[in-house]
Amino acid sequence: MQTSHHDRSRYALSQLTAGCAVFAIAFGLAGAIGVSYAQADDVIVGLVTKTEVNPFFVKMRQAAEAEAKTKGLKLIARAGKFDGDNEGQVAAIEDLISAGAKGILVTPNNSSGMLGVIKKARDAGVLVIALDTATDPADAVDATFATDNFQAGVQQGAYAKAALGDKKPVIAMLDGTPGGTVDTFRHNGFLKGFGIAEGDPAIAGAAITNGAQDKGQVGMENLLSKNGDINVVYTINEPAAAGGYQALKSFGKEKDVVLTSIDGGCAGVRNVKAGIIAATVMQFPYKMASMGVDAVADYAASGKKPTGFVNTGSYLITDKPMPGLDSKDSAWGLQNCWGD
Amino acid sequence: MSSATPSAPEASAGLFSRTKAIPAVGPILVLLAFCLVFAITNPRFLAPHNQSIILQQTIVVGTLAIGQTLVILTAGIDLAVGAICVLGTIVAGKLVLLGYDPVLSMLFAVSLCTLSGFVAGALVSRLDLPPFIVTLGTLGILTAALRLISKGGAFPVQDDFLGLTGNTFRVGSFVLTYGVIAMLLLYAIVWYLLNETRWGRHLYAIGNNPEAARLVGIPVRLHLLQVYALAGLIYGITAWLALGRIPNADPNALQTANLDSITAVVIGGTSLFGGRGGLVGTLIGALIVGVLRNGLTLAGIDPLWQDLVTGILVIVAVAFDQLSRRRR
Amino acid sequence: MSALAAKPQPGNTVRVVLEARKIVKSYGHVVALDGVDFDLRAGEILAVVGDNGAGKSTLIKTLTGAVVPDSGEILLDGQLVHFKGPLDARHRGIETVYQDLAVAPALDIPSNLFLGRELLSSGILGSVFRRLDKRRMREGAAAAMAELKFRLPSINSLVENLSGGQRQGVAVARAAVFASKLVIMDEPTAALGVRETGQVLELIRAIRDRGLPVVLISHNMPNVFDLADRICIMRLGRRAAVVSPKTHTMADVVGIMTGAIKVEGG
Repeated sequence: MQTSHHDRSRYALSQLTAGCAVFAIAFGLAGAIGVSYAQADDVIVGLVTKTEVNPFFVKMRQAAEAEAKTKGLKLIARAGKFDGDNEGQVAAIEDLISAGAKGILVTPNNSSGMLGVIKKARDAGVLVIALDTATDPADAVDATFATDNFQAGVQQGAYAKAALGDKKPVIAMLDGTPGGTVDTFRHNGFLKGFGIAEGDPAIAGAAITNGAQDKGQVGMENLLSKNGDINVVYTINEPAAAGGYQALKSFGKEKDVVLTSIDGGCAGVRNVKAGIIAATVMQFPYKMASMGVDAVADYAASGKKPTGFVNTGSYLITDKPMPGLDSKDSAWGLQNCWGD
Repeated sequence: MSSATPSAPEASAGLFSRTKAIPAVGPILVLLAFCLVFAITNPRFLAPHNQSIILQQTIVVGTLAIGQTLVILTAGIDLAVGAICVLGTIVAGKLVLLGYDPVLSMLFAVSLCTLSGFVAGALVSRLDLPPFIVTLGTLGILTAALRLISKGGAFPVQDDFLGLTGNTFRVGSFVLTYGVIAMLLLYAIVWYLLNETRWGRHLYAIGNNPEAARLVGIPVRLHLLQVYALAGLIYGITAWLALGRIPNADPNALQTANLDSITAVVIGGTSLFGGRGGLVGTLIGALIVGVLRNGLTLAGIDPLWQDLVTGILVIVAVAFDQLSRRRR
Repeated sequence: MSALAAKPQPGNTVRVVLEARKIVKSYGHVVALDGVDFDLRAGEILAVVGDNGAGKSTLIKTLTGAVVPDSGEILLDGQLVHFKGPLDARHRGIETVYQDLAVAPALDIPSNLFLGRELLSSGILGSVFRRLDKRRMREGAAAAMAELKFRLPSINSLVENLSGGQRQGVAVARAAVFASKLVIMDEPTAALGVRETGQVLELIRAIRDRGLPVVLISHNMPNVFDLADRICIMRLGRRAAVVSPKTHTMADVVGIMTGAIKVEGG
C-alpha cells in the first residue's frame, strides 16, 4: 500500500499542533502556579461562596482577601456555579481539605446539602464557619456569622406597615427562589413585621424573581395585571426591587406604592436616595468575611474556636424615616454599602 | 480499478487505523500533562486521599456523561440530563419521607427517569423533532414540576439505602465510595454495549449515516427510542449515586449538568456531529475537568482559570474534530 | 462467507430468476407503470434504461419491495412473491446498491460489510452476551474482497479513508455477499468520477462472473453498452423493448427511449 506523505504529514502536524497547544497551556499554568504556590507553610483559609458573580459575594471575597493579607494568611476562594450548586460547593470544600486549609468559611447554597462534607472537614480538624446562611442544624458548623435575615425581614415589614399608614394594605411579594433558606426567613420576617400571617387576604400574590431584575419586572407586571390596587411591595433584594419599580412605572403606579427591599448593595442604596425604593435593610458581608478570617487566624494561633450565631447586624436605610423605627439615611448607606 | 495503483486519498488509512486502535490518545495525553503539572507544583495532589476525592467528585457528571455520550453519538444532544437526575433524587427522597420502602422508592424514581428519557426519545424518533428542542422542553417542564413538587425547597434525605453509594471502603491507602465503583461499572457495561454488540455498532451507524443504517434494515427510530430510554435509565441511576454523594434532594441542583456533561463528552473527543468517539474519551474528559478544578485549588489559583482552560480545551477538541472531518 | 460461491451456470435452457408480469402502479391520476413485464435471466447483467418519468425507478422499487404495485405479479425463481417492504425482498435474497454511497464512514470495512447482519460469537458469549465476532467478520470481509479481486489498503481501514470508488465498492461487495438471488444497482456510479466508475464497473462484472445476475439502472450509455448482456428500455410506463448491445447501437436505444424509433410488440 502506497502512502500519501502529504496527507499523513498534515494529519501528524495538526495532532502535533493540538498537543503543543495543550502542553503550552499546562506549562503556562505551571508557571503561574509556581509563582503563587511559593510557601507551603502558609496558613490557608478557604472561602466558598454561593456564586462568583453576585456583588454580595464579591464584596465578601474582597474583604476576606484584604483581611487575610493583613493577618498573613493565604486565602483560597471558591464558589458554586449557580444558586443551588451543592455539588460544586461540596467539591470545593473537599479540595480545600486536600489543600490543607486551617479554616473554611462557607455560604452554603442549601442549609442541609453540605452537612456531610462539613463534618468531614471538622473531623479533619478544620474550623468551619458558615457566613451569611446558617446550616440546618445550625451546630453542624463551629459558628455562624450572618445577618439575622428574619430580623431584617421584620425591619422591612415594620417599615412598610408604618409607611402605608391607615390605608388598607394590598401586598405583592417578589420572592427570590422559593424554599431557599434566606428567602424563607426574609419572607416570613416581612410578614411578621407587617403583622400578618401567611395566606392573609391582604397578600395579592407572589412572584418568583430569583433575585434578578428582569424577572422582578415581569413578576411585578403580572401581579399588577392581576390586582391594580397593590400598594405595598416586598422584594427579596434590590435588583428585584429595581425590576419591580420599572413595572410600577409603566403602570403609572410608582408614586402610590411603598416599595421595600433588603440587602444594602450600593445600587440599592442609590435607589433609596433617588426615591425609587422607599427603604432597604442593609447587611454587612465584609463584616462576615473579615470576622471569619480573624477567627481562622485566632484558631491557627491559639486553637480557640468561635461558637454559635453571631449577628453581623442589619440597618434600615431610608430618607423617609418613620417614628419609632431606627434607621440611617442614604448618605450613611452609601458609605457602608457593598458592590458598585 | 481494483488492481489499479491507489491514489492519494485512498492511502492514509494506516495512520488512522492506528489512532483508532488506541482510543482517546489526545485526551489521555492532556490528562497526563495536567496531572504532571499539578503533581510537580503541589505534592499533595498525588496523595491517595486527594486522588480518591477527584474520583468521587467525578461521579455525578461522569455518570450523566455516559448517557450524554450515547445521545451525542446519535448526533443528538441532551439538555435535560441534570433535570432528569434531580427528578430521581426528589421523587426517591419524597417517597422515603412519606414512609415508603426505600428500595421500591428508588426503583420507582429510576423508572420515572427512564420514562422521561423514553418520552423524549419518542418525540425525537416518532415526530422527528430536533433533540435540542425536545430536551430543552423536557428541561423546562421538569424544572418547573420539581419546584412545584418540592415547593421549591431542598430537603435532606436520611436513609441508609438511598445513601448507600456514599459508603466508603479502603483499597490500600485509597478510600473509595461504592458510587465510584458503580460509575466505573456503568462505564464498563455501556462500553461493552457500544463496542462489542450489534446494538452499539448500529448506534454508531445511525449517528454516522442514518439513511445508510435504514437502508441496511436497522430500525433507526426504534434504536433512537432505546438510546434515549437507556440514557434516562442512566440518569436515574445517577440520581442514586448523587444521593450517596450529597444526601439532599434539591430542585435547584445540577443546573449546569447538561453543559458539564457535554463538556466532558466533547473534551473526550466525541464528535457533536454523531457517530464518532466513545466512552473511554468521555471518562477521561470528565476526569480532566475534575483534575483541573482540584489541582488549581490545591495550587491556590483562582478557579475561574478552570473555566478558562476548560473553554480552551472544548474549542481545541471541536476544532480538531472539524478539521479531521473536513479533510475527508 | 461462502455466499459468493459460484451459482450453477445456465445450460442451454435460459433460466429466468426474476419475472414481473403486467405490473401496474399509479399515483393518483399519474400512471407510473402501465402493465410492465420484466424478466431477469440467470448469470446476466440486465441494464434498465429510460428517460426521466419512463417508470424506471418505480419498476425498480417494486422489485426491491419499496413500492407495492396496484396489480400484477412478481415471480422469484418461478415462485409468486409479495414484497411488503425492502426487508421482504432482502430476506428473499435480493440486495440493492444505491447511488448515494450508503455506508457508515466512521466504521471500518468489515463493520460496513456486515452492517445490520453482524455475526455473533458462538456459545454463551454470543447467545447471552450478544458479543460480536469481530475476527470472523474481518476474515469474511477479507475473503469477500479477495474473491471479488477488489483491492483495498487494509481491511481495517475506516471507510471514510477510502476513495469514493472504494466506498461504493464496499457497498457493492456488501450486496454481493448477501444476495443469494440477484443484485439491483440503482445508478451505482452516478456520484463517482471516471476512474472510480471504472472500479465499480469491474466489480459488477466480477459479481456477474460469479454467477449472480445483476439489474443495472444507469443513465450512462457507454457504461451500459460496456457491461450489459441485455438492455431493457422503458418508455411511458411500459417496457418498450429488450435489445442486445451486440445487435443495436446506442443511437437505436436512445431512439427507442425517446419514441423516435417505434418497436412492434413492446
